Amino acid sequence: MAKYLLLKHYRGAPAPVNDVPMDRWTPEEISAHVRYMQDFAARLERTGEFVDSQALAPEGTFVRYDGEGRPPVTDGPFAETKDLIAGWMVIDVDSRERAVELAGELSAAPGSGGKPIHEWLEVRPFLTAHPPTTE
Amino acid sequence: MTPQVDEALLRSLVPGVLAILGRRGADFAAAEDAVQEALLEALRVRPADRPRDPKGWLVTVAWRKFLDATRADAARHRREERIEREPGPGPAPAVDDTLQLYFLCAHPSLTPSSAVALTLRAVGGLTTGQIARAYLVPEATMAQRISRAKRTVAGVRLDRPGDVATVLRVLYLVFNEGYSGDVDLAAEAIRLTRRLAAAVDHPEVAGLLALMLLHHARRAARTAPDGSLVPLAEQDRGRWDTELIAEGVDILQAALARGRPGEFQAQAAIAALHADAPTVEETDWAQIVQWYDELVRLTGNPVAELNRAVAVGEADGPRAGLAALAALDDSLPRHAAVAAYLHERDGDTATAARLYAEAAGKAPSLAERDHLTRRAARLNARRSR
Repeated sequence: MAKYLLLKHYRGAPAPVNDVPMDRWTPEEISAHVRYMQDFAARLERTGEFVDSQALAPEGTFVRYDGEGRPPVTDGPFAETKDLIAGWMVIDVDSRERAVELAGELSAAPGSGGKPIHEWLEVRPFLTAHPPTTE
Repeated sequence: MTPQVDEALLRSLVPGVLAILGRRGADFAAAEDAVQEALLEALRVRPADRPRDPKGWLVTVAWRKFLDATRADAARHRREERIEREPGPGPAPAVDDTLQLYFLCAHPSLTPSSAVALTLRAVGGLTTGQIARAYLVPEATMAQRISRAKRTVAGVRLDRPGDVATVLRVLYLVFNEGYSGDVDLAAEAIRLTRRLAAAVDHPEVAGLLALMLLHHARRAARTAPDGSLVPLAEQDRGRWDTELIAEGVDILQAALARGRPGEFQAQAAIAALHADAPTVEETDWAQIVQWYDELVRLTGNPVAELNRAVAVGEADGPRAGLAALAALDDSLPRHAAVAAYLHERDGDTATAARLYAEAAGKAPSLAERDHLTRRAARLNARRSR
């Protein structure tokens, strides 16, 4: 009963095995990929392990406070940013082993040539709000 | 005037209603769904307008829901006819029914999270929505987790008593989840453990109940108004609930007198020794170390060994604590936090500050991370003055 984030990177993760950009896939390959992701989420809902799944636009803006009474300062997007998050899935599972197993399956989503992408997903545990009462 | 029927009473009736449906021939999964629906219907009614005989009402509504669901399923046509001819309500539910329900919901074929969810719904009478909010998952996910759990135990025959240890493990997990959503899971765990203790005579059930009461007694003192953690040594002992402590100690003493030790009794004994000390200085650390020795012997749990090192540090000085810690694997969760504390007690502020910062980075909860960061900051500020 612990939540994990399966983090998908546009950039910043090691290169996948099947490293062909998505715009070079056939439309059918893209559809197969999307279907795999949807089926994966639906399956996790049936096992009672699904919490959330979201995708992010690649371009964002940096914003910061600029002092009392002044509008926030904005900057970017920075095309050269090393790490870029594409999206995530949040799961609620019984063990870290299970989280790793599921990340492995998600990484097998088909890509170019219908073969698994083998992309690297980052698995990050959530902090709970409180420690267990009895420890 | 109709007496006000509150939610807690309705929920406490759930296992008994489930047992009656079971005796009328309903299978567990369908009966449990029907009872949940009846409960939801009862909860929708304003408390003042709830029926005078809530149990009779729940049985009637749940049975109707069960029959509706069965009728709707054409494939079950033959079975429906058989069930419709079943006799009326059986005898009042026996204690054994409740006990069997605990065993079923904590069945070893279930994963811990499934067992917890099923126990909270079928024994605790919580709604799927409440359980989902308490565990911060979507309601659809929790509903699926519960149906899946029921499918897993569908073929389980309860002709033999189950292993009470599996039930205790589930209740312990619920207790440790504390408070989130609109349900006080710690209080719920205590309620379910009390009910279990009334149904089965077992020193470890008593031990777990005592452990929960002794920890629950300190709850108000465990967090500051801003939500930050207050360590045991710094807690305002005037805010401990002395009635709960007295009850916990009584239950524990009766359990220990049976001479069948177990991990929950040992943990409760440690909690009782803390609760018994009017000030932190008066804590009987030597006895606490002995109980940790017992706990390590019983469980081999490395977390117990880590806590034992802290107790040794209090009983025999921080150097002795550090020596005990040196024998343990430093990849254990909270190892750095314990090392930091012992170094601080030993007067090595620089090492302690570094280790607190390291421990903060590894903390599994937000409250601990903030607490450890504050301790590191306090030591660093003192050093730079």
